[in-house]
Amino acid sequence: MADMNMIKALNSALEVQLEKDPNVLIFGEDVGYFGGVFRVTDGLQAKFGEHRVFDSPLAEGGIAAIAMGMGLNGLRPVAEIQFADYIFPAYDQIVNEIAKVRHRSGGEFTAPLTFRTPAGGGIKGGHHHSQSPEAQFTHTPGLKVVYCSTPYNAKGLLTAAIECNDPVIFFEPKRCYRGPFYGDPHNVPTWSGHPDAEVPEGHYVVPMEEARIVREGEACTVIAWGTMVHVCEQAIKDSGIDCELIDMQTLVPWDRDTVVNSIKKTGRCVIVHEAPKTSGFGAEMSASIQERCFYHLEAPITRVTGWDTPFPHTTEWDYMPSPERIAAAIKKTQEE
Amino acid sequence: MTERVTATTTPYTIGRPPFRPGEEADFGGKFKEQPGDLNRPDPLTCGAQDTVAHAVGLVRVLDDNGIASGEWDPKLDAETLIQGLEYMMRLRIFDDRMIKMQRTGKLSFYMRSFGEEAIAIAQTMALETQDWIFPSYRQPGAQFVRGRDMVSMICHCIGNTEDNVKGRQMPVHYTWKEGRFISISSPVGTQFSQAVGVAMASAYKGDDEVCISWLGDGTSAQGDYHYALNFASTFKPPVILNVVNNQWAISTHANLATGGRTFAERGLAYDIPSIRVDGNDFLALYSVTKWARDRGAAGLGATHIEVYTYRAGAHSSSDDPIAYRPNEEFKHWPGGDPIVRLKEHLIKNDMWDEKRDEALAQKIDDEVMTSYKAACEFGDLASGPYPPASTIFTEVYETVPWHVQEQREELGK
Repeated sequence: MADMNMIKALNSALEVQLEKDPNVLIFGEDVGYFGGVFRVTDGLQAKFGEHRVFDSPLAEGGIAAIAMGMGLNGLRPVAEIQFADYIFPAYDQIVNEIAKVRHRSGGEFTAPLTFRTPAGGGIKGGHHHSQSPEAQFTHTPGLKVVYCSTPYNAKGLLTAAIECNDPVIFFEPKRCYRGPFYGDPHNVPTWSGHPDAEVPEGHYVVPMEEARIVREGEACTVIAWGTMVHVCEQAIKDSGIDCELIDMQTLVPWDRDTVVNSIKKTGRCVIVHEAPKTSGFGAEMSASIQERCFYHLEAPITRVTGWDTPFPHTTEWDYMPSPERIAAAIKKTQEE
Repeated sequence: MTERVTATTTPYTIGRPPFRPGEEADFGGKFKEQPGDLNRPDPLTCGAQDTVAHAVGLVRVLDDNGIASGEWDPKLDAETLIQGLEYMMRLRIFDDRMIKMQRTGKLSFYMRSFGEEAIAIAQTMALETQDWIFPSYRQPGAQFVRGRDMVSMICHCIGNTEDNVKGRQMPVHYTWKEGRFISISSPVGTQFSQAVGVAMASAYKGDDEVCISWLGDGTSAQGDYHYALNFASTFKPPVILNVVNNQWAISTHANLATGGRTFAERGLAYDIPSIRVDGNDFLALYSVTKWARDRGAAGLGATHIEVYTYRAGAHSSSDDPIAYRPNEEFKHWPGGDPIVRLKEHLIKNDMWDEKRDEALAQKIDDEVMTSYKAACEFGDLASGPYPPASTIFTEVYETVPWHVQEQREELGK
């Protein structure tokens, strides 16, 4: 065990994979010599050589296409898209090609690959360094969609993603790279000493498709992923209400059983995500929950999300769900 | 007050085809370029700068009288040439039968390679069997070269119970892993940049493989074309990137895919050796492709080829070219008919005769009809059987996840 922040944990996952499987290659913009703008690939080129860890031309559409080609020809590429906001030139390759090749070829061709991409707000990145576009991928059959939240699950989930034979879009909450974020931009702790920063140095897997119960409770189920997991922890504390907090970890396929079982117990549910409300993944979950929990619900399912607007720069704290907004939503569920 | 300036010309240019319906197609007779005009650079030392003339000119081997000459003559033996002719005839006869099947409602859709048969056939013949094929719509013929069973191809086009892609793709979107023939994809051009990744993987693993891909003049406007050239230029993997300039992208002429210069010349700017070749000249295509493979296999990287040809038929069974170009414009194309040209060459060299030609055509046609009947044993378009509905839900992922399984159960099949 070692005390790692999320960057170190992701770096460790990549290092273990590079050591374990010669077919794993890493590439993307600035990931080679420099080690990535967030340092996730730091030191890997020096250790494994420039044919396994390398910089690519600045073209996400090309990065996605060559990743697919490598996957088709037996490799297991891990490509970095520098910011999730930049993934859209690759959207056609991801949605029409990578997601569909297994199915459309009758299972004759597959392209196992992972796209890692930093997502979400909280770094004063404006609308092109802050978005959380998970729903634009959860709507595409053939992709698995993962959103980590701590150093421990970051390493375990990335390991699972790379070893998975399906293509995976792996979102990393960049606000939490160096520490958990509890919704107060003036007080951002590091991961040091946090229980989830205790990370095994070797190989381990956090299974995809399993949610994580962060905190057990009886009065309300709060569902989140990425940075919002930590913001919800704070909101629950502030609300003084005995909530059960679920970190989804994987959105496709999502762990419906854990969610449904929790809501059958609490009768109340608040879903929190940074992405805009309309057609966000919370909408899918909400619809699915009422199908299963209709007679157990004591209050309407509530969503606390980013607004249906572009992500702002200086006013980002009024855009992202805050502990106050989440706590208010939790309290409201108790009034019914 | 400032006086308003009135433009005296149109503000921007709209590229036009040379001829429209009702006009006489006149491409100026025969090609000016002749076999022997261009040298064959040493593939193992050649750089992009050594191919400037080749990117502007036109590599030809067969002249207008069916005589082969020049440094690019691959000097193939009679057996190989006859084999090439047979594959091309096979493709054309197969296409002719299949388009008739479509017109009589026996296939939902079809695309012919009419007039472009030499491309897939000669270029695939110039490769090794382990080389990867990333085709666009008009290279299904590569499968004949690699020995795919005709019945299997027709089963795919029907989408019946023996369709290897299980009724999931439109006709002509073939997949054939055994032949290293990747699944054809409708969003055009995506295969081009993927091919670069395949070639990088081959190079990484140290396998003696090159990857070949094709796209059309129209598709060369897509970002994927430029991604492919740039990544190929940067990483130098063993890949052969072909722009098939057949003049037409459905109804849009190549003059709207480029503002000037040849397509081949674009490759020079990427520092990739680039060659423009007569796409209706079997021998020239074979030779240029072999040259490109030699470069790739020697670790010298990509070759960019403009295959200069003419789409003699419609884009697909869904359009009629009479609406946008002169009827039978293809008959005026200076490059002629690729099958006729190779046949004339063989006859001139006493390797072939009309009698054998007719017998072969009949034999192939019989085989196509027998294959169609055999394919229909596994279901025809009108009455099936089709693949079971459960195939909608399988192979979306490696294993069926719970939400997809639930939906399958909801369908109840």
